[in-house]
Amino acid sequence: MNLGFPLFPEQASTMASRVDALYFVLIGVSVFFATLICLAIIFFAFRYRRRSELERPPEISGDLRLEIVWSAIPLGFTLIMFVWGAKLYFETYSPPRNSLEIHVVAKQWMWKAQHPEGRSEIDELHVPAGQAIKLLLTSQDVIHDFYVPAFRIKTDVLPGRYTTMWFEPSKVGAYRLLCAEYCGTQHSGMLGRIVVLPPAEYQAWLSSGPTGSTVAATGARLFQSQGCVACHADKDTERGPALAGLYGKQVRLDDGKVITADENYIRESIVNPRANIVAGYRPIMPTFKGVVSEEGILQIISYLKSLGRPEGAQVEK
Amino acid sequence: MNDAVPERRLHYLNVSYGVKSWLCTTDHKRIAWLYLLSITFFFFIGGMAATLLRLELLTPQGDLVQAETYNKLFTMHGVMMIFFFLIPSIPAVLGNFLIPMMIGARDLAFPRLNLMSWYLYIIGGLLAIGAAVAGGVDTGWTFYTPYSSIYSNTHVTLTVCGIFINGFSSILTGLNFIVTIHKMRAPGMTWFRLPLFVWSHYATSIIFILGTPVVAIALALVALERVFRLGIFDPELGGDPILFQHLFWFYSHPAVYIMILPGMGVISELIACFSRKRVFGYSFVAFSSLAIAVLGFLVWGHHMFVSGQSIYAGMIFSFLSMMVAIPSAIKVFNWTATLYRGSIALDAPMLYALGFIGLFTIGGLTGIFLATLAIDVQVHDTYFVVAHFHYIMVGGAVMAYLGGIHFWWPKMTGRLYPEGWARLAAVTIFLGFNLTFFPQFVLGYLGMPRRYHAYPPEFQVLNVMSSAGASILAVGYLLPLIYLVWSLRYGAVAGMNPWKATGLEWQTPSPPPTDNFEVTPVVTREAYDYARAEPQSDYVPGEVEHV
Repeated sequence: MNLGFPLFPEQASTMASRVDALYFVLIGVSVFFATLICLAIIFFAFRYRRRSELERPPEISGDLRLEIVWSAIPLGFTLIMFVWGAKLYFETYSPPRNSLEIHVVAKQWMWKAQHPEGRSEIDELHVPAGQAIKLLLTSQDVIHDFYVPAFRIKTDVLPGRYTTMWFEPSKVGAYRLLCAEYCGTQHSGMLGRIVVLPPAEYQAWLSSGPTGSTVAATGARLFQSQGCVACHADKDTERGPALAGLYGKQVRLDDGKVITADENYIRESIVNPRANIVAGYRPIMPTFKGVVSEEGILQIISYLKSLGRPEGAQVEK
Repeated sequence: MNDAVPERRLHYLNVSYGVKSWLCTTDHKRIAWLYLLSITFFFFIGGMAATLLRLELLTPQGDLVQAETYNKLFTMHGVMMIFFFLIPSIPAVLGNFLIPMMIGARDLAFPRLNLMSWYLYIIGGLLAIGAAVAGGVDTGWTFYTPYSSIYSNTHVTLTVCGIFINGFSSILTGLNFIVTIHKMRAPGMTWFRLPLFVWSHYATSIIFILGTPVVAIALALVALERVFRLGIFDPELGGDPILFQHLFWFYSHPAVYIMILPGMGVISELIACFSRKRVFGYSFVAFSSLAIAVLGFLVWGHHMFVSGQSIYAGMIFSFLSMMVAIPSAIKVFNWTATLYRGSIALDAPMLYALGFIGLFTIGGLTGIFLATLAIDVQVHDTYFVVAHFHYIMVGGAVMAYLGGIHFWWPKMTGRLYPEGWARLAAVTIFLGFNLTFFPQFVLGYLGMPRRYHAYPPEFQVLNVMSSAGASILAVGYLLPLIYLVWSLRYGAVAGMNPWKATGLEWQTPSPPPTDNFEVTPVVTREAYDYARAEPQSDYVPGEVEHV
């Protein structure tokens, strides 16, 4: 047993030191108030200890000014903490545009990741230092949670939908990846490693593995082999709209609602196509649930995202 | 009656004997005893589970029990402690015993409903224990879907049935308290003469009635999805797993206040009595209880900051959660101010009360950490959260419960507990508690997730400290069990009002007669009128009116 132990975790992302700064302010203020209260209690308990059973303390029923003061102080302090914390939180969940997007699929009890260039790994994630990494995460079974303490990030990984998170590793090294949402028998064994490499080494690592095609190219092959292309051709057909340029667009549905075609929308259209029908089309598409794996769906989404926006392909009506 | 003692006074304990006289009683004081014995039983079951958890966590490897057993143990610990110990603890034992006495009533409004509440509680508890005996349940007390509704192969359905039935016990108790407080106050007992203990139980009862049905429905839906594959929470069946979290926390966050509010009521009584002063800022303390109860219904989403819910929803819930800090701070400051220029005696109940203020302050301040969004991202689902809620529920609620049990023990039994032993136990519990749970704050920020059977080796030292503290805490909890039982036979006779307290419950003999008061008291003074009460004599409750 090593008797030395750290009090604070390592700082290995651009967010870490900023979260820690907030944490230290909270600790400082908390220690101040906790000490104040404890000292007041100890002082009063000693100074006003009962010396005689006949003591008759003065009648003090309250003081409005004091009540206002000690309501205002916590109000002011918590408002500052709220704004500061909310600002960092907003950034934690708003990935920059130029992020490198990596897909993560969790299952009891492992983490599977696929890089855009096609290389996959299990329970390890290699990333380049100094580059914003965006993760698109989903689960095959129960809720998991992707947690990297050294990066100060965490997000639940849900079945049936995508969550996203991002981080920019600032320090080369290996860091723990833990599952933070209880997910069954081997929950505490659902561990992994984030390996942060210098950018050049990351490139070398990418090409050192089994050379396959990129995620988008694999998606394109699935799009062909599953027969998607029969209805979703280059141009809108009677059976289905063309999908080039779909990602990120506003789509009008047959009930008049307009929704954004994000990853979650595309995923739902594949596994539960009749949930949201695009205006002007009939509900004829069969489900691909169980036919295409979670990884496969992510690959198809990557393929669709990679398609340019051809002229005339108007999904919005 | 025994002829040898012809003048023996009849009171609620000796008015009748035999198992039937207890199991069919409608006397709120006897029902309080039924609860006291049964929650003690559930507390020690939950405590045994905790002991095994802390033993397992002495080493980083999962070597004492298997992962599956560990998961069942922490589930049992949570289910027993929350649903069958903490939620009923102060309301069903002390509240049941004291509310009618404090307001000058003969019983609760619905005595038979009160007995029925206990039976529902026992049936629920036996089902939960039955599930544990049959092989246990491994979902955690939070029953997150779709793990609980589809994937777990353990006795989820039986356990949630037990909790469902137990929920009706809470609802009926809350109903009983609200009607009693509205309709059965003695003449002159106006709302602002009520002891703060009664105010906090009023706030608690509102949560019982409004919140419990929601968790009952949520758990019933889990059972329906498990048994009939109704697609409610599992996305495979077209459900939404996050929906469960919304329903569950809509109750379970207010439930945290069910556990702490009655404790705050106890603390107000203890601080006033042992500093012989009226509680500073009475109306602020009273209304802060209601504010906590109301706000408690608006902050459930702070359990879901990292669940993928909208970040804007996260911000609203963060803001509202921050607001809870204000009524909580008002209470702490007012209790502290009550001590100012008081006549302070550090008897065991007061030690618990002062310990409560310190631990609740730490629990509350770390609550601000958790409400701060960016910090919650780091510490959500880690030992930081575990430490925080144990500071509130054990450092807060259990300290208050023990303080209350000691304070009213003479009233309940007619006997005094041994003061020296009681002070020793209070100090032992305080020290053991801090050693157990303070290291867990550090562990959490370092990144140790909760519900881990095995853990990375760098966390071992802090875990060993925690387990060492837990063994001290266990001794602290066993001590009162021994000396309180001892005092039933050997304790000094207490008399009507050993603490020279002002509440109406002290104006009647100990133990009280079945009807509580010989005559219905008429109240002419404020609560905590220590300044005018003659310290050497019993408080005289105004005029009396014959029933």
